[in-house]
Amino acid sequence: MNRFEYARPATLAEAVAAGAVAGSAYLAAGTNLLDLMKGGVMRPGHLVDISRLPGLDRIEHPGDGGVRIGALVRNADLAHDPDFARNFPAVAEALLSGASAQLRNAATAGGNLLQRTRCAYFHDTASACNKRDPGAGCDAVGGENRLHAILGWSEHCIATHPSDFCVPLVALDAVVEVEGPAGRREIPLEGFHLLPGGTPERETVLEPGELITAVRLPAEAAGFAANARYLKVRERTSYAFAVVSAAAALRLEGGVIAEARIALGGVALKPWRARAAEATLAGARADPAAFRRAAEAALADAKPSGDNGFKIELARRIVVRALTLAAAGTPERMPALPASPFAGAMTHA
Amino acid sequence: MSLSITLTINGAARHIPLDDPRITLLDLLRERLDLTGTKKGCDRGQCGACTVLVDGRRVNSCLCLALSHDGADILTIEGVAQGDRLHPVQASFISHDALQCGFCTPGQIMSAIGLIAEGHAGRDPERVREGMSGNLCRCGAYVGITEAVLEAQQTMATSDRRDAA
Repeated sequence: MNRFEYARPATLAEAVAAGAVAGSAYLAAGTNLLDLMKGGVMRPGHLVDISRLPGLDRIEHPGDGGVRIGALVRNADLAHDPDFARNFPAVAEALLSGASAQLRNAATAGGNLLQRTRCAYFHDTASACNKRDPGAGCDAVGGENRLHAILGWSEHCIATHPSDFCVPLVALDAVVEVEGPAGRREIPLEGFHLLPGGTPERETVLEPGELITAVRLPAEAAGFAANARYLKVRERTSYAFAVVSAAAALRLEGGVIAEARIALGGVALKPWRARAAEATLAGARADPAAFRRAAEAALADAKPSGDNGFKIELARRIVVRALTLAAAGTPERMPALPASPFAGAMTHA
Repeated sequence: MSLSITLTINGAARHIPLDDPRITLLDLLRERLDLTGTKKGCDRGQCGACTVLVDGRRVNSCLCLALSHDGADILTIEGVAQGDRLHPVQASFISHDALQCGFCTPGQIMSAIGLIAEGHAGRDPERVREGMSGNLCRCGAYVGITEAVLEAQQTMATSDRRDAA
């Protein structure tokens, strides 16, 4: 790990000023940052410890049906908050399908949005990576890339964003609250992460020093609570990142879909909202043919970035399955294996 | 800010000078405080061997910057028994032969204590397995571990009921 200066500012204003200094990184739990620093992937000269900033660790239910999640709320605390889990079950399911219990006890909501890709070439400092070292090239192109992106990638970067949490959040129109040197602003999550294009080193729209203070879900998001699921295929049933995942949420009126929300994980460098797929479902009956049409629409622009053509068909099937599970109804109790397509999760539906 | 912290470790307050901000809670315990029961496996948050309780919650101590935890209450494997009386989770790991080489065992036990305190698994072995998936066992003692956690939970619930009566 590189040497660094450590500071623990007492106020948000002091933190933002310290975070704007070149070479600074914000430290919350550190579950991703310290790992990357140990590997030499990140080498910040200043760590600004925000873990005790006042007021950022609260889950607020303003009463209109929405929720405001403080940036320092731990993943486990959010997933097990009874009001939150009841109103936003797909988000709770996604949280509980991610990482391990130990990591969920530490990792924060804000940090989850900013976690870095799990691309092995990004993590291996001996490999070429445009994200780590702009202009160096991309060893994932033509390398071991069966888990890489199928949507929105460029020749400069074919990595994926690893978050589970962000997938249902983007489906449900989450908004990110940010505080920075130029003041406060709000960013729709759908526009928060950037596709790689020619600048894969730029991952979000955050400006230097900007700090996530909260993530908000609007009241309408709770309108999907009765029919909302997250489904995640991984190479082992627990404690693994998604190969492909999907969040599906339906507002049903007498067997007809009034409104659908669909987002995909593990397919692109951002949580992927599938708006074209949603549009095919509006006014349709909730049946297998409609779900297959939606899946076709969701993956219409997909193309392999290497040995990962299988992920396109896998993603279609995951969309169909997630929609089928959502239509069957949100389970009363969180499945024993959250988001798993295997038996334990199915029998609880 | 001076590089020194205060921690309560296994019930005792410790004032600890630090000469380097990079030290993790794991390295602090093992290398500076001679509490080597907590193990360093991967040192990257993947194996769970370094699991301790921080303010009552199980976490990977290898991914905790010690400085950031100034004032925290830490429970390690050295602090769970009461004198010669083993913690119920320790006792049930022995009775279920829930280990082979033993390297992962302190982390498994701390994780199990955390899981039981969280109270989400109930008596469902599938939920226990899912809840313990952050602790790898290269010897593959998982069957015994699951049984040990379930039995320890039962023992602790019975003993709580007895204490309450």
